[in-house]
Amino acid sequence: MKARVHVMLKNGVLDPQGEAVRHALGALGFDGVEGVRQGKVIELDLADGTSEAQVKDMCEKLLANTVIESYSVEMI
Amino acid sequence: MHAAVVVFPGSNCDRDLAVAFERAGAKVSMVWHKDTDMPKGVDIIGVPGGFSFGDYLRCGAIAANSPICRSVVAHAERGGYVLGVCNGFQILTETGLLPGVLLRNAGLKYICKPVDLKVETSDSAFTTGYAAGSTMTVPIAHHDGNYFADDETLARLKGEDRVAFRYAENPNGSRDDIAGILSDNRRVLGMMPHPERMAEKSHGGTDGAAMFTGLVDQLATA
Repeated sequence: MKARVHVMLKNGVLDPQGEAVRHALGALGFDGVEGVRQGKVIELDLADGTSEAQVKDMCEKLLANTVIESYSVEMI
Repeated sequence: MHAAVVVFPGSNCDRDLAVAFERAGAKVSMVWHKDTDMPKGVDIIGVPGGFSFGDYLRCGAIAANSPICRSVVAHAERGGYVLGVCNGFQILTETGLLPGVLLRNAGLKYICKPVDLKVETSDSAFTTGYAAGSTMTVPIAHHDGNYFADDETLARLKGEDRVAFRYAENPNGSRDDIAGILSDNRRVLGMMPHPERMAEKSHGGTDGAAMFTGLVDQLATA
């Protein structure tokens, strides 16, 4: 089984990388991109029976820094 | 005074930090990240700059979960002293010993240059050798030094006189120009600039030396 973890900067935390991507899209002629937020996707190969709660524990302890990042877990 | 300097794969300021402590009169032990215990009688632990574990995941995140960091946290929780410089500061925020986090520089560029710092408090063993309000020049060398903490945390840091250093000119977007902060018991300092790289004449200046001589004086008499 697998889990997919999405890690994003929380609202209110400036994302200078996302901002640079937004500028670059504008320079390429893509109008109307009003904001870009860049995050991470982490895929985990898990032993059968690993619970979503365990994956959330991994997020809290290592995969996300909850001071600035939020996360969501998708069991697949 | 006995200092331990932690070495991670990717640390690159560990020897500089050790030399700065030694020149100030401390005995120094180097400690490998896989070790689980500090040498006996350590007064202060130095967490050096560099790129521990290649900055994978987030700067300092992997190092903060290494075996030796459990000893660093235990030492701090017993009231021991810890100095984290640059990557060391990032690691200390990831362990939770210091609040906030270091984000990518606002200008997205790695910055390596001397900067002027304002000493905001002399009320700590780290800054006792400086007059509050004085200016010192030390180098920064980082890509992720943009200090971020929420409003409540910032208010607490200011209210408790825990901002140790501010940039005279903000180079990286840090909130409130913060360059270094203290823990609530004032025994853990994290700072992005490198005092160990401005600690003897051949460095081009000695403004950082007073931190190490001050620490040796304070901790030897403690």
